[in-house]
Amino acid sequence: MSTPEQQISTAIKEAIAENDVLLFMKGTPDAPRCGFSARTVAALEALGKPFAAVDILPDPRIRQELSAISNWPTIPQLFVRGELIGGCDIVTEMYENGELAEVLGVERPAEAPEQAPVAAEPGAPPLTIENNLRR
Amino acid sequence: MPTTDELKQRIEASIPGASAEVIDLSGGGDHFRATVVAPEFAGLSRIEQHRRVYAVFGAEIGGPIHALSLVTRAGE
Repeated sequence: MSTPEQQISTAIKEAIAENDVLLFMKGTPDAPRCGFSARTVAALEALGKPFAAVDILPDPRIRQELSAISNWPTIPQLFVRGELIGGCDIVTEMYENGELAEVLGVERPAEAPEQAPVAAEPGAPPLTIENNLRR
Repeated sequence: MPTTDELKQRIEASIPGASAEVIDLSGGGDHFRATVVAPEFAGLSRIEQHRRVYAVFGAEIGGPIHALSLVTRAGE
């Protein structure tokens, strides 16, 4: 019998192998729970590249096993064709110098901004909170 | 709680010849940005350069240091 940690590790490796573009993030692309994850999602969406996403928040062991596999301590983590591309800083830098579009094999759409889009300030509250003060 | 000076000194002490600039983005001492220039980064990929800096802090990243944003380069 494998331990739950081993099962999680195996599932992570399979997800990396099976998805051309895979983002490990806090929250979901529609409802990121961290500014860094939100910004990375925004960069991928600006380039119009479909991607798979895994929310690491439901179980702390996902992050633990992922970091052990990737040798990378922080979230988000973007994988393309099985290889770690980087976190928010590197993805942002690569978006702005055109390398991200190249790695993803897409043309930068004409309407995509030159600067990586800022989805939210780091530490901002979850984007799903609705402003109920306006009536 | 770590300070910008402490982070700068630890990076410079651990990576030979490195020069680091650290700013506190949150004002709360848990979210920093470090710009690190070091000769040994020459020939390393960006991923490897960032790993080298993260390695200075080990498990503190994601713990006491909630977030450390990095800009790295090998120098002139």
